[in-house]
Order: sequence, then C-alpha cells, then structure tokens
Amino acid sequence: MAEATTKRVGLFVTCLVDFIRPAIGFAAVKLLEDAGCTVEVPRQACCGQPAFNSGDRATAREIAEQVIEAFAPYDYVVVPSGSCGGQLKVHYPELFHGDPNWLPRAEALATKTYELISFLTDVLGVGKIAARYRGTATYHDSCSGLRELGIRAQPRRLLAGVEGLSLVEMADADVCCGFGGTFCVKYPEISNVIVGKKAECIAATGADTLLAGDLGCLMNMAGKLQRLGRPVAVRHVAEVLAGMADGPAIGESRLRARKARS
Amino acid sequence: MTITSPSFKENARAAIADAQLQRALTYGLGFVERRRAAADRLPEFDALRDAARDIKNHTLAHLDLYLEAYESRLKASGGELHYAVTAEEARQIVLAICRKVAAKTATKGKTMIAEEIGLNDFLEENGIQPVETDLGEYLIQIRHEMPSHIIAPAIHLTKQQVEADFRRVHTHLPPDRNLDEPTTLLAEAREVLRQKFLAADVGITGANFLVAETGTSIIVTNEGNGDLTQTLPKIHIVLATIEKLVPTLEDASALLRVLARSATGQDMSVYTTLSTGPRRPDDPDGPAEYHVVILDNGRSAMLGGEFEDMLRCIRCGACMNHCPIFNAVGGHAYGWVYPGPMGAVLTPSLIGVDKAGHLPNASTFCGRCEEVCPVRIPLPRMMRAWREREFERHLSPATVRAGLGFWAFFVKRPRLYGLATALASRVLALFGWFTGRFRRLPLASGWTRYRDFPAPQGGTFQARWRRRRGI
Repeated sequence: MAEATTKRVGLFVTCLVDFIRPAIGFAAVKLLEDAGCTVEVPRQACCGQPAFNSGDRATAREIAEQVIEAFAPYDYVVVPSGSCGGQLKVHYPELFHGDPNWLPRAEALATKTYELISFLTDVLGVGKIAARYRGTATYHDSCSGLRELGIRAQPRRLLAGVEGLSLVEMADADVCCGFGGTFCVKYPEISNVIVGKKAECIAATGADTLLAGDLGCLMNMAGKLQRLGRPVAVRHVAEVLAGMADGPAIGESRLRARKARS
Repeated sequence: MTITSPSFKENARAAIADAQLQRALTYGLGFVERRRAAADRLPEFDALRDAARDIKNHTLAHLDLYLEAYESRLKASGGELHYAVTAEEARQIVLAICRKVAAKTATKGKTMIAEEIGLNDFLEENGIQPVETDLGEYLIQIRHEMPSHIIAPAIHLTKQQVEADFRRVHTHLPPDRNLDEPTTLLAEAREVLRQKFLAADVGITGANFLVAETGTSIIVTNEGNGDLTQTLPKIHIVLATIEKLVPTLEDASALLRVLARSATGQDMSVYTTLSTGPRRPDDPDGPAEYHVVILDNGRSAMLGGEFEDMLRCIRCGACMNHCPIFNAVGGHAYGWVYPGPMGAVLTPSLIGVDKAGHLPNASTFCGRCEEVCPVRIPLPRMMRAWREREFERHLSPATVRAGLGFWAFFVKRPRLYGLATALASRVLALFGWFTGRFRRLPLASGWTRYRDFPAPQGGTFQARWRRRRGI
C-alpha cells in the first residue's frame, strides 16, 4: 500500500451532502483515509447539474469551469454520488465539445473522477472493509451511478463484508425512485407515483434499512417512507461502510434514534 | 387530431387519478421481463443492437441514394410511389386513391402514420368508413380514443372495459352472451372483423421497413390482420416515412431480430409480411394496385441536425415499456401520437417544442430508455437538447428561470455560497431539531405535499471541515 499513501484526493462533497448531511462527507473522508489517501476539500458549491438539465448550458459551463479549476491540482476527484460523479465524468466533456481550451481540461478531470464506492473497489482494490452494522438492509441502485458509471456489484460486494449486516434485494432495485433532481418538484404528482411504487418495493423486503449511494434519491425515498409511516432507516452506503451509522438516519428524529439504539 | 400535449400536467394528473388506468398500467403485459428473457437467450443481442444502429446510421447518411433505388425497384415491380411533404398532402393522396375505386370502406392494419395524419377522421368526413383490424386499434376506434402505446395501442384498457364496449357496440349479438374470458372477447372481435375484411375496397397498412434493394415493404403483426388487410381489397396503400428505409433484405432481417425481442420479448413476431408490388398474373391473390405514400412531415429537417439519431427509431416501444414516467401516467397524457421517451424527442420535432415542451421535461433522466433501445438512440441527451432549445427561446417557465438565476448567483460565488448555506442549514436544523424532518416547508410544497423533507444536520460539511482542520 506504499503507493496508495501518495494518492492525493480532492473530495467533491456535492451540494446536498454539504447542506443536508455532512456525515456522509465525513464517512467518505474516513473511507478514503483508511484506504491510504490524503483527502483535501477545495472550496466548492455545486456541479451545475440543475442548470445543465434545465437547458441552461451557459450557466452549466460557467459552473463546470469553476469545478475544473478547483480540482485541477489533485490526483483523483472522488464524489459520494453517482449523479454528480456522472456529471463530472460524463457530461463535462459533452459541455465543452469542440472547445479547444476547455475540452482537454474537462477530459482530464473526467479521467480522474470517480464515484466513492467504485473508487474504493475499482481503483484502490479494496475488497473488504472492517465495519459492523446490526440489521437487514436493501440497496437501491441510483440511476446515474448504475447506468452512467456501471456501479452495481461494487457496493453489494463491500456491504456483504460488513459484520452483522444481511442484504436483501428488493424488486425493481434498478428502477428510478422518481427523484430526478428538479423533476420531483416540477412534476410532483408523477414523482409521487414513482416513489410510491419504490416505497412499496422497499417495504416488501421487510428490511429495516435502505441504502443507496446518492443523497438526492435517499431523501426522496426517506421522505416518502416517512410520510407513509414505514419504519425504515435510510442511509448513504458510505455511512454504514465507515462505521458511522450510529447517529439519526436521514430525516429521523434524535429522540427516536436514541430510543432505537437503547 | 386534437393535440393536448400543452396540458401534459393536467393530463398526467387525470391519469394518476384514474383508478382503472392505474390498474391497467400496474398489471401491464410483462414486456420488461419478456424483453430481458429474450435478450438473455441471445448471446449476440448487444452486438446485434450495434449492427442495427450502424445499418440505420448508414442508411440515413445515404438516404438520397437509397430512396432513389427504392423508388426505381418499386416502380419496376408495378407499384406507385407518392411523396407527401405534409399531413394534409398525405391525406389527399390517400383520399384520391380511395375515390378511384369509389371506396366505401377501408380496412386498416396498424399504422402510426395514419394516426399522425389523423386519417380515420378525415376518411369518415369524406364518406369512407375506416375499419381498424388490429385488435388493440379496433378497441380504441370503437372508443374514439388515440393509441396509448405504439405497439400495444389499448394497453390502458382492462378486460372489463373491453367487455362493456363490445356489448355497447356489437348490438347485433345476443345481449346475454358470455364474455368473461379474453378468448371469447377475441373470438367475437375476429367474427365481427372477418366480415369487414371481405367487404373492404381498400386496405391501408403501415410499414416497418422499406427495402431499397427490392422495392419491398415489410410489416410485422401478431394477429395476421395485416395480411388480410393488404391481400383481400383491390388496393393496398402503404403509409410510411423516410426513416423506414433499409438498404437490403439482409439489413431488414438484422433489424427484425432486434425488433420483436425489444418490443414484446418474442424472437420474431408471429407474421412477417413482405409486399413487393401489386398482384402479378400468376399470383393466387393480392391487390390490383399497390401504392406507397412516403410522408415527410418534418423528418427531413431532422437529417444532419441534433435530432437525426431519432430517425433510427424502429418503433419497438421498449423505451416506453421501461419508462417510469410512462408507467405512471400512460400514453394518453403525452397528448399526441407518440408517447414515452421516443415521443418526448420526436413529438417536439413534428409539432413544435412550443406545444410539446413538457414532454422532454417530464423525465428523470434515469437512462433506462437508452439502455434498452435496440438502435441505441441517446434519448436522454436529446431530451436535454430540447430543454436547451426551450431555454434559449425563453419557453421555459419564468419561475424556473428566476429560481435558476437565484441559485446560480450563489453557486458562481463559492465563498458567498458557503456563508449562505452555512447559515441556512443552521436555521433549518434548529427548526427541525426535534422531529428530524419537516412535513411542510415554505417554497418546497412540491416536495412536502407528498414526502417529508429531512432537516439538515446543521452546519455545512465545508464549514465543519475547515473548522476541524483549522483552515
């Protein structure tokens, strides 16, 4: 692992993790440091996906340029999200198509950018992580991570090594949860039908925990499960792998979390 | 034909409230599982998809050449070719052909082009009774509806609705007859339609492929209705569009191998029918005249542009079968002929993004459509391209633009963004400290109407990180 200690990782924490749930960011830092990386967090805001997917290409480019510059110094850029990771890795080069100045820089960023879990397994070769979690979990494949970055087996493999955790598959694990960024507030009724079906699939497994790799999807599913009164703890997969899943789950009250643990 | 795409939101709301429709959508026809099984049975399926994409790309790149070749082969076999630039031209061409034989009825095989040009209503207005012969198309015809799916036009209906419609329309049959089983419904439709086939003066079908090498049109059906439609009447009219062309029969067979597998999960459709010209002297049957109408309706303008890839579409319907939005609202909500992801890209090209703007926006970009497309059309990318056109033309809602502008102001200033979000997260965390989440939140009613919103943990990651590292 001598070589691994030299890896200098810039963490792109994502605006949702930054704002809603910093614990995921700290879990990512722990996983990366345990695997021998040095982690730095340059000043950052958002990857620009809301502008890009709303058709505002000019703003998306401005934001992308900012991210490309901020993360230029690192060996790797790691993102605890398949969606934002996909934006940097797949869509930034699209944004600068035909631009001789920015395309090479966007491609350089794309090449060294990885979603957190796939970085651990595919780049660092992590096969097993010493973590413990008491419970039965089901894993939702977030769309961008699954289809843009090919993340499917990696989180399941790492979760299989977590002591005390049993993993059950839900039906349609690879079907969208209905979040879709701004989609969920632009077409709330449709989003609700989709996440309603997802919540049924989750509940049908009987799992006490739902895991996924994207906070947007997790917030959507947690919010629906809670509205339906389903007692499922919803967490980012990194929280469990880093052994940092003892605080309240997403949207869970402190009181309840304390009760559940006692 | 009435276009209701501009009221997609209202259509969707009504569709979600329609319990009967939701039941039909939930049970579906098992297309997703069947497609997966069919793909798994064929190890070279993905290689075939690449080949299918390449065939289509090649044809589109040399379309002029293949159109000329097709035309000359078609004429050599005794067929007639008509070009229609607009829907109106296509309707007039069909009407003129029907009038030549003073047609009273015209049977129709399934053709989405006829839907696109609103042919049924037009023929009826001109005293010609169109009779849909595909079971699904027949059902929606007697209900005066549009297809809700391009290969399963009546997928939105339940068995009970079909039974009620048959009792309402087939009044010449005993009212106390048993229609409990799908097979009895099918037998009744077959019985009713058999008479119509024999009486028809003109038969109108679509085309899955036009083969340049031989001047042949190819249709696939599962009911055999296409064969009866095109061989029994005096005249066979094929409605097609430029993107149906393929160079050779070999190419058509490569595309057929991915078509049915992607559509219904069948290895092949039950009937694959090739038509080359009218009846020859020694043929046992067939039409006396064979006409092909090639409709443009905006397609040639897509060539060489951002949406050219859409012309590869072979109308299998896999994208809509796998679409979470389509499965939530059904096809009618899209408000015109083509629903689902392919409709979200094609419809704005054909009727204008000012009318169809909701369609490419109503997507989560989950990417499942592109994942299953047999000709690998980058549907999400093209939906985004439509959103860009809308944004450039200031067609996107003012509230969205204002919200985006406000958000971008901060995102482009990371230091200010950091201060603002650190403050906001602390305030929200304070309010949500006890419950951990919000049931209601100002400015976020779209979210909180249906789901709780988690309270931030308090203090952004970046603020905490910097404090921890002393930077």
